[in-house]
Amino acid sequence: MFDYNFHWRPVFKSVPDLLDAGLLTLQVAILSMLIGIVIGLGLAVIRMNMRGPLYWFATSWVELARNTPALFQLFFFGFGLGAFGLHLTPYTIVLAGLSFNCAGYLAENFRGGFQAVPDTQRRAGLSLGMTSWQVYTRILIPQVFRIVYHPLTNQLVWAVLMSSLGMLVGFRELSGETQFFASRTYRIFEYFAVTAVIYYVLVKLILLASRLLAVRLFRY
Amino acid sequence: MQSGINVFTSFGTNDIWFMAQAAWRTLMISAVSIALGTLLGVICGWLLHEGRILAAVLLAPLLDAFRSVPLIIQLVLFYNFAPIIGLNLDPFASGVIVLTLYTAALVANVAQGGMQAVGVPMRRAARSLGMSYWQDLRYVVFPIGARAVFPSWVGVALGVMKDSALVSVLGYVELLRASQILITRTQEPLLIISIAGAFYFALSYPISRYAAKVEKRWVQ
Repeated sequence: MFDYNFHWRPVFKSVPDLLDAGLLTLQVAILSMLIGIVIGLGLAVIRMNMRGPLYWFATSWVELARNTPALFQLFFFGFGLGAFGLHLTPYTIVLAGLSFNCAGYLAENFRGGFQAVPDTQRRAGLSLGMTSWQVYTRILIPQVFRIVYHPLTNQLVWAVLMSSLGMLVGFRELSGETQFFASRTYRIFEYFAVTAVIYYVLVKLILLASRLLAVRLFRY
Repeated sequence: MQSGINVFTSFGTNDIWFMAQAAWRTLMISAVSIALGTLLGVICGWLLHEGRILAAVLLAPLLDAFRSVPLIIQLVLFYNFAPIIGLNLDPFASGVIVLTLYTAALVANVAQGGMQAVGVPMRRAARSLGMSYWQDLRYVVFPIGARAVFPSWVGVALGVMKDSALVSVLGYVELLRASQILITRTQEPLLIISIAGAFYFALSYPISRYAAKVEKRWVQ
């Protein structure tokens, strides 16, 4: 029954390469989060304040991002845009797909955050002579970030996990690199076991970093 | 075959039917996994809530691992691990097992939250009215707790439905895999990927709308 011989040596030899790929995973996840935060904020503000085509654009973005699989979104940026003659590199596909997805989810988080800040604060800011931009950047958004800090951390973890889909569009981040090595040596189980551990550690490090950052950020 | 060899045939009504069947398979694998996973997850959530140190030491890290490793890695790992211990599973069975465990890990958190939402005084009141422990669970904790976490449970279920797209890496022909097959044959990526997206959207959007509505009603 148990006549399978585990071979860990080739796996351990390529651990440095896997860790490098893990950094690439982290990089793409953080970048897509940053893009997602900017777009998500924009979408949330549009959905709360505007009517007409812009509102519908933002709403369809959010609903599409939330109601279709992330893999579908990657395929859309991968194959779908190919129909327009737009052939993106794997890195761009993953970055675009993840940013699209993160923006949609974060927009909903931000909307909840904005609703949690009393409207009187916005009006108070305006009546003090602040511009709308100043009210948002100096009063509302700092508070919103505090409210959505934990969902934001979760979303970053999700982005790291989702970036593993890059494997299916030929992106050599942690999963893609693992598959590359695994298909070269046929040590599929061993390679993916090590990768699973790396992902686990990566996620734990993110959560730890987020907790430490929270202590620093939310002293008051 | 008419004249010559037609490598790429265009997209026809048969293919819509093919995709509908694939959507049905997506629905099937998700429904089975969500049902089993919810059952298992509720049990785990109950253990986490009621079991003291043992559950916190043994069960919590295990469930945490399922949440911290990308689903696609879990699928590949399990699919390659099963033959090692002498199990020969088809893609559907492997997919169901992994998705069930994944769902259970997510639902356990939700269920634990639901049980925590039921106040301790309420449970003491139930016990002092002469209800047994199980009656207390069945008639007090379950109705109140389930109501509190129903929206997040729907969120988990929809997430699993979307994540079931990943079972395609094992060769199970679900919606996204079917669209890839069709893209290879017809060379019309944009059309087909959009149809696949529309299928997912049609499955997910009404349910998420409904959950949002229910949540709003219960908040009032």
